[in-house]
Amino acid sequence: MLRINGEESAAVGETLLDYLTAHGYDTNRLAVERNGEIVRKQDYANVRLCDGDEIEIVSFVGGG
Amino acid sequence: MQIELNGVPAAVPDGARLSDAVALTGRSGDVLMVLDGFQTGEDLPLTPGCRVTVLGRDERPTAETALALLCARNSPGVAEVLQGARVAVAGLGGLGSNVAIELARAGTGCLHLIDFDTVDATNLNRQHYFLQDLGKRKTEALARQIEAITPCCRVLTDPVRVTADNLAALFALDGYVCECFDRAEDKALLVNGVLEQFPETYLVAASGLAGYGSGNAVVTRRVAERFYLCGDGVSAAVPGCGLMAPRAALCASHQAHMILRLILGETAP
Repeated sequence: MLRINGEESAAVGETLLDYLTAHGYDTNRLAVERNGEIVRKQDYANVRLCDGDEIEIVSFVGGG
Repeated sequence: MQIELNGVPAAVPDGARLSDAVALTGRSGDVLMVLDGFQTGEDLPLTPGCRVTVLGRDERPTAETALALLCARNSPGVAEVLQGARVAVAGLGGLGSNVAIELARAGTGCLHLIDFDTVDATNLNRQHYFLQDLGKRKTEALARQIEAITPCCRVLTDPVRVTADNLAALFALDGYVCECFDRAEDKALLVNGVLEQFPETYLVAASGLAGYGSGNAVVTRRVAERFYLCGDGVSAAVPGCGLMAPRAALCASHQAHMILRLILGETAP
């Protein structure tokens, strides 16, 4: 199991990009932290979600 | 005994009171007196090492006096630390214009203002500009306002759009970056860029401030060690949900306050 935004998830083995796409995220409007480290956008397709990962997906909405 | 009078050392007789300090400055009549951060109309006794600021009620402070007032009116030691900080404000709309004004008033030593845009009439419902600013670059209009508020804040301006190409050069010298853009894509670009390229920099971003939902839904949270996010996280500016001055300024104040806390060594949101 891993945790994504505080919730338990069974997405072990999926790439980050697959997960984001499957859950309807717009990758141009977010930042992802994995175990406290920023994940570079060009690595989304290569990073595989691992057991024990703490993933934080920060989605931005417009307005400023 | 030795005291500090308007930012410079001064000698006063033992037993001296505020009125003696006033006389020493050559001022008389209607004056403002601040003793160790406390503004008073009473002729209080002075103590060795105390800080006294004396100013005519309508007098414009010199840079030295303004700094002395800042040191006196903030909590002890705070102004000195703030004066050493350099903060980038990226985006000078409803968030950034308010963040910059608040940080300047609080005594931040250097603000780096970044925005490619000019002031237009749609900005005035929430952004810290005036009708007379229409058509001016936001960087310049805001720099003039800060100049009119305090001589204690150095302002650097970059009237450019932040891109993946110029980001590394733009923020290289800023210890703190406040993300204040309007578009979600621009927010993401800046946040990813700063977190990837400047691991030692503190970043305070914002998301979710539109409309007139509860003010208490606007919060500051710590996403990662040096990354903080303010807002309610969900209230996007879309047709039917506009941006309004109070909630925009509320979120801006969350950001400015977090920056101020970080400068002072407080890392809890």
